[in-house]
Amino acid sequence: MEVGQLQRSFIEYMSSLFNEGFLDAQFSQLQQLQDESNPDFVVEVVSLFFEDSERLLNDLTMALDQPNVDFKQVDAHVHQLKGSSSSVGAQRVKNCCVPFRSVCEEKNTEACLRCLQQIKQEYLLVKNKLQTLFELEQQIVAAGGAIPMMQ
Amino acid sequence: MAQVATMDHQFHVLAVDDSIIDRKLIERLLKTSSYQVTVVDSGSKALEYLGLSSDENEGVEIDHSHVREIGINLIITDYSMPGMTGYDLLRKIKGSSSLKDIPVIIMSSENVPSRINRCLEEGAEEFFLKPVQQSDMNRIKPHLMREKRQKVTPNSLKRKAMVECISPEKTRKYNNLCGIFWQNICE
Repeated sequence: MEVGQLQRSFIEYMSSLFNEGFLDAQFSQLQQLQDESNPDFVVEVVSLFFEDSERLLNDLTMALDQPNVDFKQVDAHVHQLKGSSSSVGAQRVKNCCVPFRSVCEEKNTEACLRCLQQIKQEYLLVKNKLQTLFELEQQIVAAGGAIPMMQ
Repeated sequence: MAQVATMDHQFHVLAVDDSIIDRKLIERLLKTSSYQVTVVDSGSKALEYLGLSSDENEGVEIDHSHVREIGINLIITDYSMPGMTGYDLLRKIKGSSSLKDIPVIIMSSENVPSRINRCLEEGAEEFFLKPVQQSDMNRIKPHLMREKRQKVTPNSLKRKAMVECISPEKTRKYNNLCGIFWQNICE
């Protein structure tokens, strides 16, 4: 595919991620912090987010699997996940954390498990989308083009 | 994005956050504002770096010369951290004769007025709501400019004269309010 086409696909894809609420303005902030001196900043932060989230989701799964659930611990994990998803602009993941903390307070294991399920789904979705986005970037660069700056 | 200072007078900020993502973010934000940055992942590591003992004995200090050498101009810390919270760290810093004049900024993902007030009462200069953004970086400079090593400006002289007669407690509150006031004027 030629560069112009790739760049258009990229812009379209990026716009859809914002329009569909997968990403919010904080992601744009990350992009603005990237420059020639830090050309991989966004990928680096997002990679940290992937690692951190997968660890937290595992911890949450284990915590909710205990006979006596430690809801304080569960809440602490959700709080962390909320923070990190907020920091990278993963809006849908962040929004899932809010009801999760409520049912945690109510010590409702069933509801917590449902929230966990939802967060896992949203996380996998945004991970997939971001990886697609980064692949598109790589294709543009490989074809000798510049990655379009989004407004 | 204004350049803050030349290499000679580069301000050194100590950032404290238990989240690896937020550490990366705050480091990048501070560096784009031309600050020299040191990042640590806990309050106890921050105190260690500052040369202060973190055990029960408040105010027990290890090494004054070490503290002078380090030259930290500002500390920015997350509020919710396991073990020592940002608030605990703030108290230790304000309770230390060698460190109490270093401006401290608290960051938090939660907008809790009582929390914010508590931190400001304890001597924090500012409270940043997370996620911290580039625009927040502009709010740091005024606090660095009030540092002792900077030239005294006519405004700060006037302010000092006015608060001479007021109690230390009220002076601190007054200074905090002034800080917010001047900063709003400058924005």
